[in-house]
Amino acid sequence: MERTWEEINEKIKKGKVVVLTAEEAIALVREKGLKEAAARVDVVTTGTFGTMCSSGAYFNFGHARPRIKMYKVWLNNVPGYAGFAAVDAFLGATQLPEDDPLNSIHPGAFSYGGGHVIHDLVARKPVTLRAIGYGTDCYPRKEIRTVITLDDINQAVLFNPRNAYQNYSVAVNTTNRTIYTYMGVLKPRLGNATYSTSGQLSPLLKDPYLRTVGIGTRIFLGGGVGYVVWQGTQHCPTLKELPDGGKLFSGGTVAVIGDLKKMHPRWLVGVSYIGYGASLAVGLGLPIPILNEEIMYWASRGDEELYAPVIDYGEDYPQGNSRVLGYVTYAQLKSGIIKIEGKEIPTAPLSSYPRAREIALTLKDWITSGRFLLGKPVELLPSIGETPPLKGLQEKAGEEEGEK
Amino acid sequence: MILQRVILRFPAQVVDRPIIYNLIKKYDLVVNILKANINIQKEGTMVLEIQGDPTQYARGLEYLQSLGVSIQPLSQAVFRDEEACTHCGACIGVCPTGALYLERPSMEVKFDENRCVACLICVKVCPYKAMGVVAASNSLAPVD
Ligand code: SF4
Ligand code: SF4
Repeated sequence: MERTWEEINEKIKKGKVVVLTAEEAIALVREKGLKEAAARVDVVTTGTFGTMCSSGAYFNFGHARPRIKMYKVWLNNVPGYAGFAAVDAFLGATQLPEDDPLNSIHPGAFSYGGGHVIHDLVARKPVTLRAIGYGTDCYPRKEIRTVITLDDINQAVLFNPRNAYQNYSVAVNTTNRTIYTYMGVLKPRLGNATYSTSGQLSPLLKDPYLRTVGIGTRIFLGGGVGYVVWQGTQHCPTLKELPDGGKLFSGGTVAVIGDLKKMHPRWLVGVSYIGYGASLAVGLGLPIPILNEEIMYWASRGDEELYAPVIDYGEDYPQGNSRVLGYVTYAQLKSGIIKIEGKEIPTAPLSSYPRAREIALTLKDWITSGRFLLGKPVELLPSIGETPPLKGLQEKAGEEEGEK
Repeated sequence: MILQRVILRFPAQVVDRPIIYNLIKKYDLVVNILKANINIQKEGTMVLEIQGDPTQYARGLEYLQSLGVSIQPLSQAVFRDEEACTHCGACIGVCPTGALYLERPSMEVKFDENRCVACLICVKVCPYKAMGVVAASNSLAPVD
């Protein structure tokens, strides 16, 4: 069985396409077998909704009279990056106000940051824009303070350098104190474990060799339509064969873009992690075209075949040690208990499985109703073994004036 | 005169009845609405500060109960904002009583107010600020 992107898009236009969510595809393959399921189904949809720190948005605010070249900008008191043309700026999801108490009283609350500003903009709330310039002959103005909404400004584009990590470590804490991490609050002595992917619904886990994902892939992003524009930062897909015969896929990421003005506040939500920081929860869904049986095989692997490594966030992760405490399946994680070092540990997710399911269903609906055509990549992302291994940052003696 | 804060939970059938109006009009109570919410199942939750004559206050509560409204003193007033909760699960591991728990296989996070001891841990931990609390005041507090 072979199928082309063009054939699938023709079927979408004619209203004849067959789309299943990854959950439904798993059930169908179990019931009817791989061959028949692959023959029947054209597209499998996936979804994930969770905190994605490498996210942000860029804007063009429009020119004021007289003009200003924005040298520094703040949106609701959160600094943006203005090192572009006069009234362009970027705002990162984890950026915090300069007067945030941070972790000075540990654990800090981080109640408002860049992710919250993006959410407020998408929710059509007015946002205070403040900018200063140094004054030039062409841009004489030195300060502006105004209120903007998403509809007032020329462009607002969500641009996330890394989203939808293919897989993620399960976090535990072997130390004797409670720790506050981006993986949530971890109780001492292996008191709990957290994990953060949607497992069998997770986009890049369902096409682990990245045979259908690349530059130009059209996706569900923040409730609107987005595109994969590049491999995400730290993209380094790998396959590890586990002692029990299981396969651990991890390391794939995507950089994505989309029109913020067409997104929805339900799918871009500012988040505050106690003791860690602020960020943005992003909803992202990827359609997988069933070009052949092999793609259907991978798209239909269930939670019991998908593995994640268990990492100690008390000692190993902060110190950069590569020790893995064990491997568990998403089925075990979802059951509520995993066993590590002979100890039973209660688990909890951090990314929302109900929201992931909702995204996969929404994408299915968009495609079935002819509103969303598949975007055939102009170039696929590098697959397993096609990227150099990730390098660490070396500390070297700096130049003498390096501290300037 | 007494001053009391209570949480009311309304079944869907009575959400559209003029209950607050009646409390004020028929029982001569001073009612201050601190928080009000109607969920997707059309059930309502409301936090009220009620001030008035103790007899009238008691009669007012009887009236509410006759409509099927449940009344709870505010010492247990931890709320979940159903709109804001994304069912992420970040609160599950830290809730000491299991009042916040995962329902399987839907993987939805449920909040059982009856098991909540208002320790407020979830209020600090929830990344989406979906857990809220209103200042507690214990049983009937006389004023003046
Ligand atoms: S942490 Fe907050 S958003 Fe997440 S499930 Fe709990 S109440 Fe809901
Ligand atoms: S206040 Fe405490 S007991 Fe109540 S739900 Fe939150 S964490 Fe659980």
